[in-house]
Amino acid sequence: MNLNDLLNHRSEWLKGTGPHSDIVISSRIRLARNLASAPFPHWSNKKQGRDVLDAIEQAVGKINYLKGTTIFELADLDSLDKQFLVERHLMSYGHAHKTNSKAVVIDNEEIVSLMVNEEDHIRLQVMQSGFNLFEAWNIINRIDDCLAKELSFAFSLDYGYLTACPTNTGTGMRGSVMLHLPALVIIGQIKQVLNAISKLSFTTRGLYGEGTEATGNFFQVSNQVSLGHSETEIIENINGLIRQIIEQENQARETLMSKNKSVVEDKISRSFGILKNAHIISSQETTELLSMVRLGISLGLIKEIDSSSVNELFIITQPAHLQKLENKKLSSQERDVKRAEIIRDKLNKQ
Amino acid sequence: MLCDVCGKNPATVHLTEIIDDQMTELHLCEECAKQKSMQMEQQFGLADLLAGLAEFEKPIEEKETLLLKCPNCKLTYKDFKKIGRLGCSECYEAFRKYLSPLLKRIHGSTAHAGKMPVKIAKTAKKRLDLQELRVKLQKAIEAEQFEEAAKIRDQIKAQEKTQVPPQPEEEKHDEPQ
Ligand SMILES: [Zn+2]
Ligand SMILES: [Zn+2]
Repeated sequence: MNLNDLLNHRSEWLKGTGPHSDIVISSRIRLARNLASAPFPHWSNKKQGRDVLDAIEQAVGKINYLKGTTIFELADLDSLDKQFLVERHLMSYGHAHKTNSKAVVIDNEEIVSLMVNEEDHIRLQVMQSGFNLFEAWNIINRIDDCLAKELSFAFSLDYGYLTACPTNTGTGMRGSVMLHLPALVIIGQIKQVLNAISKLSFTTRGLYGEGTEATGNFFQVSNQVSLGHSETEIIENINGLIRQIIEQENQARETLMSKNKSVVEDKISRSFGILKNAHIISSQETTELLSMVRLGISLGLIKEIDSSSVNELFIITQPAHLQKLENKKLSSQERDVKRAEIIRDKLNKQ
Repeated sequence: MLCDVCGKNPATVHLTEIIDDQMTELHLCEECAKQKSMQMEQQFGLADLLAGLAEFEKPIEEKETLLLKCPNCKLTYKDFKKIGRLGCSECYEAFRKYLSPLLKRIHGSTAHAGKMPVKIAKTAKKRLDLQELRVKLQKAIEAEQFEEAAKIRDQIKAQEKTQVPPQPEEEKHDEPQ
């Protein structure tokens, strides 16, 4: 697989299918694993980092589940490629910096990705469309077992999997669900919901994970605790919380439609109108307007396009995607023009 | 100037953020700035935790504690406090005394309840079986059932032979760069 092949491919998690996909964009599980005794990536020298990478590459090559994957060493990628992978949620923002002995393994469907020498030696992630953490767990659990046969993982009977940061010790697992909660934002209840979440020791983040802000009414909810509970217990806890949030969002949508129907319809139609007609549009404005269009589709107010196309637009209108599509470096102003063009094209075609 | 977020109150806090290699200036009112800092706190929770730990566990701030060093990777406890990351899996044993309370604070527990790597699960099970047999043996001896005891002792011997020998110690790594 070539990185450019991904450009015309719609990632599995953007397909807009799966349970509650009107509110839940995607479900993701990641596992942090390390090789016993080898220094963690931030503390290892060049040779040690290389040895770890070689050992993991070799293991990956032996695993049937990972047959359809491609390994990209970050030292071989330019900054545009790296940003491209971040925009597709195939690797973290932090992984793109200091590329020494780092790699990312990606499968063709973009369900599985494995970062080598990120904060831990291995960061394995599985993404699914919609509200589907258990399916993601089933897949990642099997791959993890295969890796554990080939590699000696750092593990202690009392603390579990040993990670570079003590916040990941234990299961090394983080389950994250990406939610689209426009109605809760519009009726002004989102603050209470987010406060409640943080009290339950779950965290919320923006679209691009740690350190990013919530834009376009997207919120990522993850477990904070990784030690003392089994993986399935943690997933059940997240699921319980997500179910409640889904219900609150649905109620908020009903409230909007029964009390402020024309205001909502106006806002959604105007957003759609701007997107279909604009010739210059920033990434921020795109995200906000697409968010309203997405709500319009869920409420049955917009029928010309499906949510999968909208999901995809969120990704392909990001800076690196635009530049890859255009196959050259674009200034911020040029990107705003290109972005508007792609959006007009997609939305008017249907 | 009005606040960029709510557009209602006068902006009194001015922030510079870097998104996408571009500097963005944010002018916020006090209320919105408070919210923003709450978000930041959530994101940087660990640094706070570590700082907090340093404050109320003054006694362990002694010199010898800070000089405590992992024999495998040479990371000192002081390094850990500074960077918030451990150096290798053996650091957990080296700093056990101080890590346990930290893990307890972060997770509310220090006992793993999740899955195990396949290889370790097998040895762990064997060890457990062996333990059970030893208890049985003890009971048989106490009850003066010597024939039974001899049988169990043979089982233990057989089991011990199939035990995977402990892995040879790995080559020590150089000092980190
Ligand atoms: Zn404000
Ligand atoms: Zn160490």
